[in-house]
Amino acid sequence: WRSEQRSGMRWCGAVPLAWLAVQLGLSGAIYFHIGETEKKCFIEEIPDETMVIGNYRTQLWDKQSESFLPSTPGLGMHVEVRDPDTKVILSRQYGSEGRFTFTSHTPGEHQICLHSNSTKMSLFAGGKLRVHLDIQVGEHANNYPEIAAKDKLTELQLRVRQLLDQVEQIQKEQNYQRFREERFRQTSESTNQRVLWWSIAQTIILILTGIWQMKHLKSFFEAKKLV
Amino acid sequence: THPGRTALPRLVPVPQHPGVWAPRAAVTGLPFSSVCRERRWRPPLPESPPPPGSLLPPSHTPPQARPVRADMWARLLLQLLWAQLLVPLVRGSELTFELPDNAKQCFYEDIVQGTKCTLEFQVITGGHYDVDCRLEDADGAVLYKEMKKQYDSFTFTAAKNGTYKFCFSNEFSTFTHKTVYFDFQVGDDPPLFPNESRVSALTQMESACVTMHEAMKSVIDYQTHFRLREAQGRSRAEDLNSRVAFWSIGEALILLVVSLGQVVLLRSFFSDKRTTSTRVGS
Repeated sequence: WRSEQRSGMRWCGAVPLAWLAVQLGLSGAIYFHIGETEKKCFIEEIPDETMVIGNYRTQLWDKQSESFLPSTPGLGMHVEVRDPDTKVILSRQYGSEGRFTFTSHTPGEHQICLHSNSTKMSLFAGGKLRVHLDIQVGEHANNYPEIAAKDKLTELQLRVRQLLDQVEQIQKEQNYQRFREERFRQTSESTNQRVLWWSIAQTIILILTGIWQMKHLKSFFEAKKLV
Repeated sequence: THPGRTALPRLVPVPQHPGVWAPRAAVTGLPFSSVCRERRWRPPLPESPPPPGSLLPPSHTPPQARPVRADMWARLLLQLLWAQLLVPLVRGSELTFELPDNAKQCFYEDIVQGTKCTLEFQVITGGHYDVDCRLEDADGAVLYKEMKKQYDSFTFTAAKNGTYKFCFSNEFSTFTHKTVYFDFQVGDDPPLFPNESRVSALTQMESACVTMHEAMKSVIDYQTHFRLREAQGRSRAEDLNSRVAFWSIGEALILLVVSLGQVVLLRSFFSDKRTTSTRVGS
């Protein structure tokens, strides 16, 4: 065990360098570019009572060094979250790096919109902004090592807790699926009704206008003494 | 062959049957592989009985405190550094965004060489439910390029370090906005225990937990695809509904207008000439 630990330590000697690399460039989430007044919106279709955690980090393009600066003070992002009824449930200004959390109270499509809002307007000057974004929903939002430390769980207990969370998420999604299927069924039945009634109505209109046309023309020609 | 090591495979679309997702032939590896050292399977050691305490939070009794040593602190610190290293590098991003007409949206991610990555996308609403997708590696070489695709899944192993870029384009469309869902998985899931110092293999209970975890992940994956397909179907149904209403009313109006127009036109043919001819005739 000791020899394995020693070899393990040797392997792990590369850690500080790698850690530095991570901090400098490679820290994880996907990123995209956003313009000055551009608003980027993301949709999350989630069941109710689901927690959503979003982390973002912004970097500003620096013309002099032709690269993105690691962090710029004064740069801010406005985060707006709307629920399925287009009611705003979160509308806050964060700094250049931020973390926003919300819990859904109604199931459906929630919209998360981000747009830049910096205190110093001269910062931008036609440049672009790089936004690193990471959105975790439901069970993925849980931080298991933290939960293990807080509740002092053993390994097995933590694994079972994770399974319980996953099962709960599956249950919620199934419930939400039932609700959506009902809406879908209502839409389909409404279409069915509409097709039926409008076809009948149009046939009746056609017959009535035909009859009216014939009667009108007959009386017209009789008045003109042609018939 | 090894109990607890098999994992349920991820899903990919079946080309012959549009709308059907099936498990991928490859089996995903053990999710808790450490970057530092590889875990070799060994027969399970007899496990000491778990400490007393229930699995749910409220009625849990805390275990006894253990004596702390200097080498343990060093190990803990090292593992903390590893945790910070591992957690960002082995993430996945799943986003749904709106792509306006004539627009192109690109996403970038820094990937380490040798990482197995998967890109899945599906168009949820808009037009003919198709989009152009393009995946480029760090040097700009195109790894994947498809035009007007509704959904697809692409797996690749990063051949070099650098920034990989994938773009969705709606430039062929003139007035339809598209809603696109994509899921970009990089590497495996982060391990549940970053400070994993166990040299022994998993017990049967833990192997069972791992199997269940993978099964649940597969279920959640199926649910996501089902939800997206249902959203697509519902969007089509609502489109159909509004179109039926609009065109029915439109047709009824056209019918009335045309019939009135016919009568008026016919009357106009016979109005002036007749008076002259009757005058001539009489």
